[in-house]
Amino acid sequence: MVANNASESRRTTVEKTSDREVVVTRTFDAPARLVFQAWSNPELFRTWWVPRSMGMTLRSCEMDVRTGGSYRLVFGEDAANTFAFFGTYLEVVPEQRIVWTNEEGGDAGSITTVTMEERDGKTLLVMREVYPTREALDEAGTGAQDATHETFAQLDALLAELAAG
Amino acid sequence: MVQHNISHFSATFAALADATRRGVLERLARGDASITDLADSFDMTLTGMKKHVGVLEQAGLVSTEKVGRVRACRLGPCRLEEEMAWIARYRQVWDARFAALDDVLEDLKRQEQARGRKQRK
Repeated sequence: MVANNASESRRTTVEKTSDREVVVTRTFDAPARLVFQAWSNPELFRTWWVPRSMGMTLRSCEMDVRTGGSYRLVFGEDAANTFAFFGTYLEVVPEQRIVWTNEEGGDAGSITTVTMEERDGKTLLVMREVYPTREALDEAGTGAQDATHETFAQLDALLAELAAG
Repeated sequence: MVQHNISHFSATFAALADATRRGVLERLARGDASITDLADSFDMTLTGMKKHVGVLEQAGLVSTEKVGRVRACRLGPCRLEEEMAWIARYRQVWDARFAALDDVLEDLKRQEQARGRKQRK
């Protein structure tokens, strides 16, 4: 178990910065070269991108993490019922920056930018998702981006109070 | 649920973005109140409080009912529970991913340290 202080610094924040943009931040207790390794090595990536608790089966994970390379993640319980997430890496700067397209949604696809900034052996990760339209953002994935006018931390506090009341 | 209710999330979270409206929800969580009660509690004009309650009502967070000459306000049915469930699910995804990434990074750090020790020998 991690101590309270550690878990506090490891808090994930999510913020909707415009109608079309969502920013997720998180600090990791590791240098940027290791964070980059975990994002760019498919064998490592698949273990954390699809943790067991998500209850999804990742059938295959192909990633060529370099500028112009592509990726393809195929999910599904059996071969007859699969769905894929795929796209292209627009820019890859090792240990600093990965930018990729999300093309499974066709024209409504978003562009994701991950930056890694190392400070005192820890890495601040900022993930920015930009959608072509507001509607695309509203419909995207879990739709969770819509819920991020405030950080979840603030909402948690409020909702916990309301629930208690 | 997510597929059906995405459209009202914007209204809900816009409603929650204002400190007074959050205060009104907290107040109503403790018990029903009239617009006049709320306006007094928040040292606000009736007109100003009506606007805030209107925003909360549109988001489904509050319901109001005219009882005689008084408009009674109470928390809207179920909506907040839906929001909480939805937020909890989103948090679960990212918390689970990043917690798993923490574990991967710990492994990588240990491997690096082990290699470092070997090289020094």
